Amino acid sequence: MATNTIASGVPFYQSRRFQKLIKNIIVYSLLTFLSSLFIFPFFWMLDSALKENAQIFLWPPQWIPDPIAWDNFVKAFSNPQLPFLTFLKNTMILEVGIITGRLLSCILVAYGFARLDAPGKNFWFSVLLATFMLPGAVIMIPKYILFNKLGWVDSYLPLIVPAWFGESFAIFLMRQFFMTIPRELEEAAIMDGANTFDILRLIIVPLSTPVLAVITVLSFKDIWNDFFTPLLYLNSSSKYTIAIGLAYFNGQFKVDMGPLMAASVVLILPLIIVFFIAQKAFVEGVNLTGLAGR
Amino acid sequence: MSTAAVSVTPKPKSKRIRREAILFYICIAPFILGFILFDLIPMLASLGLSFTEWNILTPPKFIGLDNYVTALTADPKVLISLKITLFYTVIQVPLRLATALLLAMLLNEATKGMGFFRTAFYLPCIVSSVAIAVLWTWILNPVYGPVNGLIRFFGGEGPKWFSDPKFALWGLIMMSPWGAGGEMLIFLAGLKGIDKQLYEAAELDGAGPLARFFKITLPMLSPTLFFNLVMSIIGSFQTFDTAYVISTTRAGTLGGPANSTLFYMLYLYNRAFAGQMMGYASALGWILFIIIMIVTLLVLRSSDMWVFYESERKR
Repeated sequence: MATNTIASGVPFYQSRRFQKLIKNIIVYSLLTFLSSLFIFPFFWMLDSALKENAQIFLWPPQWIPDPIAWDNFVKAFSNPQLPFLTFLKNTMILEVGIITGRLLSCILVAYGFARLDAPGKNFWFSVLLATFMLPGAVIMIPKYILFNKLGWVDSYLPLIVPAWFGESFAIFLMRQFFMTIPRELEEAAIMDGANTFDILRLIIVPLSTPVLAVITVLSFKDIWNDFFTPLLYLNSSSKYTIAIGLAYFNGQFKVDMGPLMAASVVLILPLIIVFFIAQKAFVEGVNLTGLAGR
Repeated sequence: MSTAAVSVTPKPKSKRIRREAILFYICIAPFILGFILFDLIPMLASLGLSFTEWNILTPPKFIGLDNYVTALTADPKVLISLKITLFYTVIQVPLRLATALLLAMLLNEATKGMGFFRTAFYLPCIVSSVAIAVLWTWILNPVYGPVNGLIRFFGGEGPKWFSDPKFALWGLIMMSPWGAGGEMLIFLAGLKGIDKQLYEAAELDGAGPLARFFKITLPMLSPTLFFNLVMSIIGSFQTFDTAYVISTTRAGTLGGPANSTLFYMLYLYNRAFAGQMMGYASALGWILFIIIMIVTLLVLRSSDMWVFYESERKR
């Protein structure tokens, strides 16, 4: 290599290889520095969750907790006023209720938009696209009043029932995906006497697992993290979700940092696990979001 | 709306076509019903309510444009919350997008370990806003937090962040770049779409890294930047969760301390559900919607000048 540079008459510091090396050093040091900044808050949280109060308030910080205070987790979970296990169960009820409804209704609606022809179809498709821009702040109050009149406030119905009527973005993503499935498969099935339900169950759904996975994973995250809707509709603490539970925990026990951080870890950890299992779905989902807007 | 769809229906040419149309409407029925029940009716109701005075308990009273007039001329908190929201947006959005672009460009250069770094940058985006709020109040704790610890290490004295009206909003702004992972992934997808030959040709012509960034990367990425910009602005105007959690626990009041983090949505929420002023809050909702529409339209108008679509060039 050295002979090469001399032969071409270029000093080594101008050679392609050397410049590439310099560039790589800069890129990777920046990446390492920035990624540690991004991970640091997580580290700090876990660190505090494993410390006793006396160690938490030490400065300079004791980086590795000694002794490891597991009982912060016990404290967080055994507070009778804030039953985190109940919150966890409540959140899972919402997850199952909303995701099931969203998938079933969106598959049906997306199939209609992707495959069936009818007068007025274009009109309804533009309505679907227009709902992306609907102002949440405007709809919120009448919706609350509606559910209030129905006597649904302080139940899970205001959160679950709307999901059974489809969700615009999921419908749009599914429709885009269904369009790529070759029609021949369905035509062959129809010849064999299959009805629409058979087609959905035997052809469309099995071939659409990538987009269904994206929607399931993103929905799981959104429901798990949702703060505003449960805040609006759930009043009694026995019905709280885990996100609302943590917000109240935060309000009541400002000083007790260890258990508070332990509860935060519990709120975050399941999502991080889901993220690592379904990383591809997350990244694809975000890309689809971006591409949909281009 | 449904009558329009029905009246347009032409005489079906055959039984098959008619059956397909019926099947179509059966399939999309959930969407049509959901749209009418949970979008269309609430929107019309909200418009109607915004012209009334209503506390849920007694029947609504029609008061014309009074709510709008009060909000825009006689309620100082509307102006305060608008100013705070606007200030936050003007600082936070560029900061966040610049961070996202920097991270995406670095990732685009990395060959090995790209997956690891991408995960690290995206991880904050999957965390719930409540956990983010709890975590950052701890990180920006005036006495025991690592940020003020670092400042003290260099001999300074850090601010009291969320307990100080001068710094509370800055605390929220500081948290924003941490969540840039979503925009970063969208930028990354945009960067991957840029033809490598453009860079090679530019390099042959002697273009340095800066020239390549401003003459190739930025113009080619402008549609992605435009999308990210519009979405961030819309999101920023509706900031709620973190400000709610932090202000109610740190300062003890919604939008505190001393109204320094009174975002528009916080005030709207406060009017509707603490003040029971449903009509007034509906008017506030429409004002926000109109402001967001105007800002979006302005960005859209400006896009002719700076957004570059390759498909248009080819025409």
